[in-house]
Amino acid sequence: MKEYTITVFSENNIGLLNEVTIVFSRRKINIESLTVSESEVKGVSRYTIVVFSDEKKIENVVRQLEKIIGVFKALYFKAEEIVHQEVALFKIANSPKLNGNLEALIRRQNAKILTVNPDFLVIERVGYKAENQELFNELEQYGVLQFARSGRVAVSCQKKEFTSYLKELSH
Amino acid sequence: METATKAENIKEMNNTGETLSGAEILVRSLIQEGVDTMFGYIGGAIMPVYDALYDYQKELKHYMSRHEQGATHSAQAYARLTKKPGVCFTTSGPGATNLLTGLADAYLDSTPMVVITGQVPSGLLGSDAFQETNMVGLSMPVTKWNFQITKVEEIAEVMAKAFYIARTGRPGPVLIDITKDAQVQKAEYKYERCKGIRSYQPVPKLNMDEILAAAELINSAKKPMILAGQGILLSGAEQELMEFAEKTQTPVACTLLGLSSFPTDHPLYVGMLGMHGNYGPNMNTNQCDVLIAIGMRFDDRVTGDTSKYAKQAKIVHIDIDRSEHNKNISVDVPVLADAKQALTELNKVVSGSEREEWMQSFKDYYQLEYEKVIEKQTHSSRERINMAEVIDCLSEKTNGEAVLCTDVGQHQMTSARYYKFKNPNTQVTSGGLGTMGFGMPAAIGAQIADPNATVVSVSGDGGFQMTIQELAVIRQYKLPVKSIVLNNSFLGMVRQWQDLFFEQRFSYTEMDNPDFVKIVEGYGIKAKRVSKREELQDAIQEMIDFPGAFFLEVVVETESNVLPMIAPGAAVSEMRLE
Ligand SMILES: Cc1ncc(C[n+]2csc(CCOP(=O)(O)OP(=O)(O)O)c2C)c(N)n1
Ligand SMILES: [Mg+2]
Repeated sequence: MKEYTITVFSENNIGLLNEVTIVFSRRKINIESLTVSESEVKGVSRYTIVVFSDEKKIENVVRQLEKIIGVFKALYFKAEEIVHQEVALFKIANSPKLNGNLEALIRRQNAKILTVNPDFLVIERVGYKAENQELFNELEQYGVLQFARSGRVAVSCQKKEFTSYLKELSH
Repeated sequence: METATKAENIKEMNNTGETLSGAEILVRSLIQEGVDTMFGYIGGAIMPVYDALYDYQKELKHYMSRHEQGATHSAQAYARLTKKPGVCFTTSGPGATNLLTGLADAYLDSTPMVVITGQVPSGLLGSDAFQETNMVGLSMPVTKWNFQITKVEEIAEVMAKAFYIARTGRPGPVLIDITKDAQVQKAEYKYERCKGIRSYQPVPKLNMDEILAAAELINSAKKPMILAGQGILLSGAEQELMEFAEKTQTPVACTLLGLSSFPTDHPLYVGMLGMHGNYGPNMNTNQCDVLIAIGMRFDDRVTGDTSKYAKQAKIVHIDIDRSEHNKNISVDVPVLADAKQALTELNKVVSGSEREEWMQSFKDYYQLEYEKVIEKQTHSSRERINMAEVIDCLSEKTNGEAVLCTDVGQHQMTSARYYKFKNPNTQVTSGGLGTMGFGMPAAIGAQIADPNATVVSVSGDGGFQMTIQELAVIRQYKLPVKSIVLNNSFLGMVRQWQDLFFEQRFSYTEMDNPDFVKIVEGYGIKAKRVSKREELQDAIQEMIDFPGAFFLEVVVETESNVLPMIAPGAAVSEMRLE
């Protein structure tokens, strides 16, 4: 079992997400994270899906994803073939206890403060999942009220870009 | 004749931008797609569409099933024979859920269908309204595409897309769910057939490198073997397959659904593959040097233990669906193409000479199978008739030219093994899903597709009772369908597994059956029962000669097993003859 990141490009249609996830669930592949948003092409959604599985299975999954009507392209990547990040938001109760230590931690961790109000402050950090987790661990001493992390977003190292696939599709 | 005028003017009316109800737009859309026959069952949520159908009875013949599942199987068989999408209508809720088996069956067996289900008004969606089921959600895993129409303006475009998707590429079922309000609302009608969808590439661009790589393997083969699947029939490549086999002098074996894609009396035909196929092609799968699989998907019933499947061979796999390549079996040369297209190109560059020794090995295996199995079954010395005798006789009396629709079980495998198919596309069976109850409603669809054909359904006593109500369709539309039930008083195929793999613990497989003849007679259909060997020939002859529908029950041996057999989990070369 290895980590794979799957990128899917599809129409932005009702029900497509359901169709995409069925391909995983019927093979009992758990989705570790899933991000869907508009891609560089207007109206085309980009999915970034992280799973643990073996390559043979993932090859099959990717082809079955491409078979879905509405899906333009599905690709899978190993860790070294992508550049990826996650966004994490931390909500911390505001109190006089928060002193210079927090600021130093935030600077050291490459995080930033998004919002400060009398009740709480919100810290944002962009990075790998493990890095964001580490910040969470360090922030815990201040009491983390909420910790929200996005799924992974990733771009691939491969030369061929989606727009050229799209051109091929429309001939 | 208002209806006639309506239809005559359909083309013209397309351009007038006339305002019509959603229901009428739907019906017009079907006509635009060349539909003239459909199957279905009415109910509340689809009533506006049925009301519109009333005006188009001339153009659209609707056959009313007695259970929605029956309608789907009839539509499937109709589709397989005509190669046009089979069309079904049902209401929402239970009507729609009754379709699921047929959809799953059509999906696994690549049958084009456009199924339309009524739905509660859009304002009630999600509220657990009366007869509301989430059909889009339910059917998603068993359809090639589905869509819920909630606005009248969507109908024409969605219908065009539905037909395009169902019939192109690897065919499959499409479900369109349409809310009642969309059926009633009015809109301007303009129909344009779908010519393409940007996220869907039904016909792959042929890659000549793949063809040449395949040809190189094929031309250097000493012991090649062709595995012909339903893809041959779907793409109409029977002639190309014949030319290919003859040019390369390669023996041809068929999958269950590939049966009739190659004539059984051709010298290069070596039989059926798979669990209950013929001995030679299964054994030689693990002897050949090049396996040429065309339009088939290496189903586990064909491959047995994949870790011991054709390991010695180089494999060429021609398929139109890229997701089938390397799915179950790793292949050396995948060719992404329609079977006909690929074979046409291959035929320009392949050759081969006679392979006496190789062909002889198939003959030797056949001889062995004949002595150990075939002879004993077709010339049984047991008191009761063997299923094989019936199919053998049927094959002879129909000259291998009937359209044979089979159900699921021992009788199905026996039919596949013993019927000597002559013409393309003359077997209709449930392969991938193995749906009991498929056979007789399928025969209805087949007869409607080809009114002049001799259409025979062969069912078991178990499966026949799963869709027995469809006899009413045979009655109502006076269809000359011949139905055979091979009555062994058992769920025979399961009994066989209990016999072989469950220490003869016959758990719930024996049946106390009704009087089939009486039941069928109740439907006003001529019916006959035979249990004596001496009466069999005449009874089958009488059935074939009878001008209308005919039902024949043959009481057969209860304890007979279909052999040879590849035990579940065993390798193809471990096929057992006894
Ligand atoms: C709908 C459905 N239920 C159960 C099965 C499992 N099954 C496969 S073959 C079979 C026995 C069929 O019995 P019968 O119709 O009498 O045919 P026979 O094998 O005796 O010829 C059963 C129960 C099935 N394939 N389909
Ligand atoms: Mg039976």
